[in-house]
Amino acid sequence: MKAPAFDYVRATTVAEVCALLAEHGPDARILAGGQSLLPAMNLRLASPSVLIDIGRISGLDAIEMRGDRLRIGALVRHQTVLRDGLVARHVPLLTEALRHVAHPAIRARGTIGGNLAHADPASELPACMVALQAVMLADSPRGTRRIAAEYFFTGLFQTALAPDEMLTAVDIPLTGGSWFFEEIARRSGDYAIVGLAALGSRLAFFSVGDRPVLRQAGEALALDPPDDLQATAAMRVHLAGVLRDRALLALGGRI
Amino acid sequence: MKIALTVNGEAVRAEVEPRLHLGDFLREHLSLTGTHLGCEHGVCGACTIRIDGALARACLVLAVQADGCRVETIEGLSDSGEIADLQKAFHERNALQCGYCTPGMLIAAQDLLLRESNPDRETIREHLSGNYCRCTGYHAIVDAIVTTANGRSG
Ligand SMILES: Cc1cc2nc3c(=O)[nH]c(=O)nc-3n(C[C@H](O)[C@H](O)[C@H](O)COP(=O)(O)OP(=O)(O)OC[C@H]3O[C@@H](n4cnc5c(N)ncnc54)[C@H](O)[C@@H]3O)c2cc1C
Ligand code: FES
Ligand code: FES
Repeated sequence: MKAPAFDYVRATTVAEVCALLAEHGPDARILAGGQSLLPAMNLRLASPSVLIDIGRISGLDAIEMRGDRLRIGALVRHQTVLRDGLVARHVPLLTEALRHVAHPAIRARGTIGGNLAHADPASELPACMVALQAVMLADSPRGTRRIAAEYFFTGLFQTALAPDEMLTAVDIPLTGGSWFFEEIARRSGDYAIVGLAALGSRLAFFSVGDRPVLRQAGEALALDPPDDLQATAAMRVHLAGVLRDRALLALGGRI
Repeated sequence: MKIALTVNGEAVRAEVEPRLHLGDFLREHLSLTGTHLGCEHGVCGACTIRIDGALARACLVLAVQADGCRVETIEGLSDSGEIADLQKAFHERNALQCGYCTPGMLIAAQDLLLRESNPDRETIREHLSGNYCRCTGYHAIVDAIVTTANGRSG
């Protein structure tokens, strides 16, 4: 199918994006890599009247060390993160997770900011950010807000971003520690049926609820996952237990 | 909206509606029908092209987003001879039947071969995981890519 008609604005600054969001309200949507928004529009699951293209805003596409944190700009593409040496050295959990995100052509365009703002509970990256205790940076006319990943994902495709706020970067603390990542999917590149991203004793499950679900190692899982075409809730509970056991084995003794 | 881009090395100017995706622009406005459209939501890979040297789904890029970009389609890769050996191997190995997936397969395969000179079968399958073929069962496609890799490195 084809997307419905809309107006298109190519923004050049973050301030312009926030002003446009404030002006048009819920009818406007930010367009980053377009790899989630455009399929939704082609399927007519979304029909914004204004698209604000942030793809050409400069300064949001860098990966850099900031003291004891690694900062990834909102417009950095999945593929760039996957191939980045700093990320591989300091946050190998993220490198491993990105191998499981979609396919090469989609990774070449999809952005980290778009993925996190989309807040798909089946996505790998929100769970990684929760396990890593990452902090989202959100800009609005009121300034920059820092939001901990644990409080950023508020529900199914819902985040703590205000209507006129834009995600500009994510800060990942370089705490080190042993990590684990695994997901169960029917085919390579598919969204997971159940997945687990873990750092130290923080286990962040994905595809088991309306947002990433954090559990401490040793804590009861007590999950209430969805029943859908991919898997029943009971199957997801079972698989989450399997992944938890594998994680504890892999991280054994060190957590 | 007015756009200016290069398609297969030629400068193109056009006036398009924002809702027009690049796949339709290439097919309907430029008559480059080698870019196939299957699902139009990113799943099948039939519309795979290159934008500024990187793989992309033509159905998930707006024509207006390609303003100022360098777009390459199967027609461009064929005419330049860049993938002549890969096309020959697909032919010889029977790596296509209906041909619907083939332009996307060739472009995705070439993307891998440009970065890795001797990918193993597992790596090839992984790289093509976003390209569906409903005819061949993939085995012959992987064979053809292995043959091409061997030919290029030998
Ligand atoms: C076939 C297919 C398979 C896929 N498989 C996976 C998978 O296995 N795992 C996975 O994680 N993802 C998968 N994806 C989604 C992919 O990772 C997307 O790239 C990503 O979810 C969205 O990033 P984007 O830059 O394309 O965002 P867009 O599609 O441009 O935007 C997504 C949403 O976020 C908003 N937004 C974008 N940027 C910002 C910002 N800076 N501030 C505030 N709001 C913003 C947009 O308004 C929109 O609502 C898949 C996609 C396809 C088509
Ligand atoms: S038509 Fe673009 S991926 Fe199927
Ligand atoms: S040859 Fe028919 S879909 Fe691949």
